[in-house]
Amino acid sequence: MAYQFEFLSTFDYSGVLVKGVLTTVELIAVGGVLGVAVGIFGAWARTQEPRWLRPVVSAYVELIRNTPFLIQLFFIFFGLPSIGVQITEMQAAILAMVINLGAYSTEIIRAGVVAVARGQIEAALSLSMTRVQIFRHIILRPALQKIWPALSSQIVIVMLGSAVCSQIAVEELSFAANFIQGRNFRAFEAYLIATAIYLLLAILLRQILRLIGTRFIFARSST
Amino acid sequence: MISFSLWDILRNLLLAGRWTVVLSLVTFLLGGMLGLLILFFRTSKSGALRNVARIYIEIFQGTPLLMQLFLVFFGIALFGIEVPAWLAAGLTLTLWSASFLAEIWRGCVEAIPRGQWEASSVLAMNYVQQMRYVILPQALRIALPPTIGFSVQIIKGTAVTSIIGFVELSKAATVITNATFMPFTVYAAAGLFYFILCWPLSRYSQFLERKFHAAHSH
Repeated sequence: MAYQFEFLSTFDYSGVLVKGVLTTVELIAVGGVLGVAVGIFGAWARTQEPRWLRPVVSAYVELIRNTPFLIQLFFIFFGLPSIGVQITEMQAAILAMVINLGAYSTEIIRAGVVAVARGQIEAALSLSMTRVQIFRHIILRPALQKIWPALSSQIVIVMLGSAVCSQIAVEELSFAANFIQGRNFRAFEAYLIATAIYLLLAILLRQILRLIGTRFIFARSST
Repeated sequence: MISFSLWDILRNLLLAGRWTVVLSLVTFLLGGMLGLLILFFRTSKSGALRNVARIYIEIFQGTPLLMQLFLVFFGIALFGIEVPAWLAAGLTLTLWSASFLAEIWRGCVEAIPRGQWEASSVLAMNYVQQMRYVILPQALRIALPPTIGFSVQIIKGTAVTSIIGFVELSKAATVITNATFMPFTVYAAAGLFYFILCWPLSRYSQFLERKFHAAHSH
């Protein structure tokens, strides 16, 4: 018995798919920006003063990097309300993504920060730049330049990981696929289409990140 | 309602954790074997084989593991075969991890100087012999730290298989949460178990990396 593929009925639900794509884009846009911001702060805390912050940030990085995203998501979404913090599905998903990406990007950006030559910092000190100025202009920008490809990959991985957010009923792309296969009983087709869209999103996101890299991060500091 | 003590929660998580360990080991072994085959394709002289490997890697790294899992789960079912969750879980994780391992190892193979390839081809070695006797033994040393690092990703990846109903650590945590209404404790405990599995591997990988760098810096 040969299976008859039936893709058209999935496209009857294209409104659901579009909404799913938009929610996935929203998740990675907000989660990505805030996650990298946390990563920059984390890299600062792990390499600069004050020293007492270092073990705190290290513990955060190690805990998050050695546990699955799904458990982090469930811990936040089901755990927080049980101790009295009310939170919506979307807030939980974004919080989990920011915490997750924050830990990975802390580690990635730190590697770049450590690689900045000491002489550069000494030169900046002799120009009587403040610590914040030095971190922003002398350390962070060249560091980001060095690790931008690695950071981009991590952001794509987090975007793909967001598929499990459907498990707490965030209505993103994989949720849309679930919804559609529940209606038209064409599970394989629905998931195949959703997977293809994810692949396109991943390729697109990589291009956008490359563009951001060349436009905003590499442009001004390359001499 | 059956009352669960903290010990009951931990014991049940630990029992389910066996399946996380088994699934991770099987995935690591089979994914490694398939990954090696894709690595051979990816670095071969034939452009067609290289493209096959490139597309394979792009697809499995560019789509969510969860979607791959659903596709395998429902894809095999299309042939009228009843698919047990463990089979779909093992097969998907194997396909997924092979794409990452192949790409990690490609970096290691490419780190071997070109001259090694040339010298071995002068000795009339064919591609498989070059790989077997010259390139892989050297690449293996560089490959060890990132490979162990990736095993952590495999262990964490197994959590997703709970969604199609494979009863491992995460699924057990959800079941226990539903029975006890103690999500904060249960998921924290599950997280702790994952941490206990993954952290030593992470540290060992970092240790090896540092050792390797130390051996090479002057």
